[in-house]
Amino acid sequence: MTLLIVSPILFPLLGMLINALFGQRMRERVVGWVASFAVIAAFAASVVLFVQLSQSHGEPLRLTLAPWITAGALNVAWGFLVDPLSAVMMLIVTGVGALIHIYSIGYMHGDPRFARYFVYLNLFVAAMLVLVMADNFLVLFVGWELVGLCSYLLIGFWFQDVKNAAAGRKAFVVNRIGDVGFVLGMLLIFATFGTLDFETVFAQVKVRGESLAAVASLITLLLFIGATGKSAQIPLFVWLPDAMAGPTPVSALIHAATMVTAGVYMMSRAHVLFELAPTTQALIALVGAITALVAGSSALRQVDIKKVLAYSTVSQLGFMVAAAGLGAYVAALFHLLTHAFFKALLFLGAGSVIHAMHAAHGDVDPQDMRAMGGLAKRMPFTFLTFVIGGLALAGLPPLAGFFSKDEVLLAAFADNPLVFVLLGITAAFTALYVGRQIVLVFLGEPRSANAAHAHESPAIMTMPLAVLALLTLAGGAINLPGGGWLHHWLEPVLHEAAKPLNVGLALVFTLIALGALALAWVWYRDAQRARLEVESALGRFLLSAWHIDAVYHATVLRAFYTLSTICSQLIDIGLIDAAVNAVGRSARAAADQLRAAQSGFVRNYGLLMFLGVIVLVVYFVVVR
Amino acid sequence: MNDFLPIFVLLVLASGLVSLVLLISVLFGPRRRARNETKLQPYESGMRPIGPAQRRLPVRFYLIAVLFILFDIEVVFFFPWAVALRELGWAGLLSMLIFIGILEAGHFWLWRRGALEWEKMDK
Amino acid sequence: MNVADLETVLPFLLLATGGVALLLVDLAVPQARKSLTGWLAFVVALAAGVSALALVSGKTMKGFAGMVQADAFAYFADVLLCVVAALVILLSLRYHTARGLMRGEFYPLLLLSLSGMSLAVHAADLLVVFLAIELLSIPLYVLSGFARPRLESEEAALKYFLTGAFASGFLVYGVALIYGASGTTALGDLRAALLDNPALTSDALLMAGLALVMVGLLFKIAAVPFHFWAPDVYEGAPTTVTAFMATATKAAAFLALMRVVAGFAALSPSLAQPFEVADALRPMLALIAAITMIVGNVTALAQQNVKRMLAYSSIAHAGYALAGVASGDATAVLFYLAAYAFATLAAFVVLIAVGSTEGNEDHRYEAYAGLGRRAPLLGVIMALAMFSLIGIPPTAGFVGKYFLFRAVVASDLTWLAVIGVLTSALSAAFYLRVLMVLFMREPETAPEAEPAALAADAPRMVAAYVSAAAVLLIGVFPSAVLALLTGGELVALVR
Repeated sequence: MTLLIVSPILFPLLGMLINALFGQRMRERVVGWVASFAVIAAFAASVVLFVQLSQSHGEPLRLTLAPWITAGALNVAWGFLVDPLSAVMMLIVTGVGALIHIYSIGYMHGDPRFARYFVYLNLFVAAMLVLVMADNFLVLFVGWELVGLCSYLLIGFWFQDVKNAAAGRKAFVVNRIGDVGFVLGMLLIFATFGTLDFETVFAQVKVRGESLAAVASLITLLLFIGATGKSAQIPLFVWLPDAMAGPTPVSALIHAATMVTAGVYMMSRAHVLFELAPTTQALIALVGAITALVAGSSALRQVDIKKVLAYSTVSQLGFMVAAAGLGAYVAALFHLLTHAFFKALLFLGAGSVIHAMHAAHGDVDPQDMRAMGGLAKRMPFTFLTFVIGGLALAGLPPLAGFFSKDEVLLAAFADNPLVFVLLGITAAFTALYVGRQIVLVFLGEPRSANAAHAHESPAIMTMPLAVLALLTLAGGAINLPGGGWLHHWLEPVLHEAAKPLNVGLALVFTLIALGALALAWVWYRDAQRARLEVESALGRFLLSAWHIDAVYHATVLRAFYTLSTICSQLIDIGLIDAAVNAVGRSARAAADQLRAAQSGFVRNYGLLMFLGVIVLVVYFVVVR
Repeated sequence: MNDFLPIFVLLVLASGLVSLVLLISVLFGPRRRARNETKLQPYESGMRPIGPAQRRLPVRFYLIAVLFILFDIEVVFFFPWAVALRELGWAGLLSMLIFIGILEAGHFWLWRRGALEWEKMDK
Repeated sequence: MNVADLETVLPFLLLATGGVALLLVDLAVPQARKSLTGWLAFVVALAAGVSALALVSGKTMKGFAGMVQADAFAYFADVLLCVVAALVILLSLRYHTARGLMRGEFYPLLLLSLSGMSLAVHAADLLVVFLAIELLSIPLYVLSGFARPRLESEEAALKYFLTGAFASGFLVYGVALIYGASGTTALGDLRAALLDNPALTSDALLMAGLALVMVGLLFKIAAVPFHFWAPDVYEGAPTTVTAFMATATKAAAFLALMRVVAGFAALSPSLAQPFEVADALRPMLALIAAITMIVGNVTALAQQNVKRMLAYSSIAHAGYALAGVASGDATAVLFYLAAYAFATLAAFVVLIAVGSTEGNEDHRYEAYAGLGRRAPLLGVIMALAMFSLIGIPPTAGFVGKYFLFRAVVASDLTWLAVIGVLTSALSAAFYLRVLMVLFMREPETAPEAEPAALAADAPRMVAAYVSAAAVLLIGVFPSAVLALLTGGELVALVR
C-alpha cells in the first residue's frame, strides 16, 4: 500500500535513472520505450489508486514517507495524499503524459540528445506528480519548482540556438517572480496557522472563519501571484509564447496539458482559503478574463502555427482562472481536463505538421502558416484529428470543449457580467482563430515546396493523435450539464452545487462559434489576407501581444538594468571590489615586510627571540 | 670549618692522584733521548695545539667526546642512588636496573652500529 | 612507586619501551627490509593509542608522587598523538625509500619523541614539563636532519637545535626561579601556595620565572616572536618529519602550556571555573595570540612554496589555539588542535605523495599545477584539507573554529575573536590558491610521475583516507570527539 501510493512518482524516477545512467549506450527505441513504459506504469498505478478511491467513496489515501524538516515549530514531512482532486490530476498527467512520451519517440527520432530528452520528460512527470500528490504546501512547492526546472531544461533543449536558450531563461525567470509570491504566501500561511499541512490549515480555516478574512486576502493574493507565473496569467504570461522554442511534444505536455495547470490546481486545492477572500476572488476572475481576451485577440494575428496555440493556451488558462475566481472550481477543473485533451491533440497535430514540413526539402520556416496550405490532402489523418481538436477548442457541441467552456460561461453569467462579457468576446475570437488556423494550414493550395511535398507522419505519432481525438470527442461525457460524474466525484473535496444547463446560452455561443468559423473561411480562403493583415497597425499590435513585452522592456527591465549597472559598476567594482583589492594589496605588502624578518640567520632569530623574552619578562614582572 | 673538610680531602686526593699518574709515567714510560718537535709539544689528545682556530677536524673526535660526556654524565646518577641504596630498597634497585638497561641499550646500539670503531666510522 | 603509578603514564611507558626495544631490534633488520621496523613502530604507536583510549575516564589521577597526572585531556591528547604518529609512519614507508632515507633509526626516534610528547601531556610538575620537552625535542633535532646529506635538512637540524637549546635554557632557568620563589615545582602545590600566600603573587622572582617558562613553551608551539625557527625547519626537514612536527609536537606543547597556565590560575583572585587562566596572564596571551594569527597568516600570503606556506599556516593556527588558551577553554583548544592536526596531515599526504614520486622534491606552487586533474583523489584530499584549514563547513576546521571563537567571545575577548575571523578570511587567499593551482593551471612541463604512481602506495592511501575521513567525520559528528574530551566530569587541568 505504501509503495503503491508513491509508485506513480517512483516509476518515472526509475525510468529517469535508467536513461540517465545507461541512456547513452542504449538504442534510441529502447530509451524511448523505457521512458514511455515508466509513465504508462505510473498511469496504471494511478488507475489502481483511482479505483481504490472510488471504492472507498472518496476517502483520501494518505502516506507520510519520512519526516523532512523539523525545526522549532516547523514540522514538514514528505507526505502524499490521494483524494478525488489529486486522483483526477494524476490521471491527466500520467495519461496525457504517456501519450506524449510515445509520440516523442517518433518526433525526436535522430536527435543527438535523445536520451537526455526522455530523462527530462520523465523527471517532469515525476515532478508534476509530486506537485499534485503533495499533502502540504512545501512538498507542493518542491514539485512546483521541479516542474519549473524541467520546463527551463526542455524549452532550452536545443540550446545551440541562442534564441531557444533565452526562451528557457525567460520562462525560468518569469516563473521565479511568481514563486516569490508563492513563497511569501506560504510563509504567511505558516505564520498564521503554524503549519503547512493542507488538512490542518483548512480545518483551522473552517473553525476560525471570518476572523481570518484580512490575512486570507493577503495569503490568497500572494498565492495567486504564484499562480500567475505557472499558469501564465497577466502580468506574467509572457514566458509561455516564447516557450514554444522547445520541442513540440514538450509544448503539448508542459505548456498545454500539465505544468500550466498547476496554478489552477493549487487554487482549487486551497479553495477553502480563497473562499474567505472575496476581494481576491473578484480580482482573480477579472485577471483571468482579461488574460483570456488579450491572449485570445493576440492569437488572431499569429503566423507561427505553434504561437497561435500558445496564445490560445494562455487564453484558455484565463478561462480556467476566471472560473476559479468565480468559485466554480469544478468548471475550472473540467475545463482543465478537456483542455488537456484537445490542446495536447492540437499541439501534437501541429507537431505532426511541423515534422512533415521539416522533413520535406525546402527553405521556408516549417512553422510559418503562410507557407502552408493544402495539407489536408497530404496529411488526412492529422487533418482529421486537428479539426476535431480545433472544433472542441471553438466550443462546438458535442465535443468536450463545448461542455466545459459552457460551464465556465454559465458561472460568469450568473455572477459577474463584466467577466461574462470579456469571456464571451474571447469565445468568439477563439472560434475565429481556430478557423483561421485550419484554413491556412490545411485548406487551399500549397504555398511552398515544403507544403507540396509533405507526407503523413509515422504511426507512432498518429496513434497518440487518434487516442486524444477520441478523448476529445467523448470527454464531455464525464460531466454532462446538471451534475455530471465529475461533479459528484469532486464533491467530497469541493462541496460545490451543480448548475443546470442554460439552453439559451449554449445555443447563442454555438451560433457565435459557427459564425466565427464561417467568417474565417470567407476571410482566409485567399491566403493573401493573412499575409497583409500582419502589416497593419492592428496586426502588429496583436502579433506582439499588445506590445506587453516591449512595455516590460521599457519599464521594468530598463529600471532593473539601470539598477544593476549602478550596483555592478559603482557599488561592486567601484566600492566593494576596490575595498577588497585594497585590503588584498595591503596584506601582500605587509607580507613582504614581514618576510624580511625571516632572514635565515640563526643569530638574528636568537636576537629577536631574546627581545621577546625581555618584553615578556618586563610585562610579567613590572607591568602586571 | 668542619664543613670544608671533605673538600680539603678531595683536593689532597685529586692532586695526589695526578702526581701518582705522572710519577708512574715517568717511572715506566719509554724514554727517548731525541728532542724532536713533536715530543716537546704539550699533550692535547692528538690535536695540533697551535694554528688557525677555524680548522676542519675529523668529526670522529667530536663523536667520541660526545659519547664520553653522555655516558659520563649518566654515570653521575649512580652516586646519589648508591648513597641512598638502603633507604630506596628494592624499588630503588629496580629503577636503577631499568636506568642501566636503557643506558646499556644505547651502548649496545652504538657498539653494533660501529660508532666505537675508529677506522670504520666513516660508513 | 607502585603499579597504579605506572598506569597513569601507560602510553608513555609503552612508547618509551617500544622505542628503546625497537632501536635494538632494528640492528637485526637487514637494510633492504627496513620497512619492517616501520611496521613494528606502527604497531607500538597503535598499541599506545589503544591503551590511552581504554584508560579514558572522567577521573583525574596523579602518579609518581604528583609528578604526572592522568585525566581526560591527557588521554585525549595521547590518542591524538598516537594516531598522528601512526599515520606519519604509514606515510614514511614509501617516501623514505624514494628519497633514500630508509634508515632504521627513524622509527625508534619517532617513537621516543612521541613518548616525550605523551609525557608532556601528563606533566603535573615543572620538572617533568622540562624533561618531556627535552625528550620530545632531541629526537626531533635528529629527525630534522634526517635527510643528510641534503644541505637544507642539515641546516634545519642545526637551526632547530641551536634555537631549541636557547629556548630550553630559558625554560629550565624559569623553573629554577619559580622553585626559588615558591619552594616547589609541582603545579598543584604551586597553585595551592599562591592561594595561601597572596604576597607570593607579586613576587618578582616568581613572575620572571613564569615569563621564562612561558618562553620555552611558546617556542615549542611556534608563537610569535618565538616562531622564527619554524619556517626554516619545516621547509628543510624531510616532509614526513615536518608533518609530525606541525601536528603532534604542537598538540603536546599546547597541553603542557595550558597546564602551566592553569597552575598559575590563582595569580588573580577573580578565579572563575571553568576558566583556568589568571586575569594577569590573559592580556599577554591574547596579545601574543593576535600577533601570531596576524603574522602567520599575512606572511603565509607571500610564500611561493606550499611546504613553507604550511609552515606559516601552522604558526597561524598556533595563534588560534593560543586565543583558546587565553579564553581558558581547554576543551575548545584540544578540539581545535585535533581538527587542525588532521587537516594538516591530509595536506601533507599530498606533499608526501609528490615527494615520493616526482623526480625531485619541488614544492613550489607551480610544481603543483594541474595535479588535481592528474590525480583527482589527491586533489580532493587537498581540497578537503584546505577547506578545513580555512574553516568551511562541514569540515572539522569549521567546528573547531566555531568552538574556539565561541569560547573566546565568552571570556570577553571579542576583539580577539574578530581578529581571528578576519585573519581566517585572509587565510582563504593562500589556501584557495593551492586549489586554484591544483585544478585550474596547466603544468609548465610534462610531469615526470605517472598519475597512477601518485596513488599507488597502499599505506599512504590508507593514511590519506583516514585523515580525510577524520576531517569530515569530526566536522559532521563533533559530539563524539567532545564526549571523549570531557569524559563525563569537568576536569581541572591542575589538581
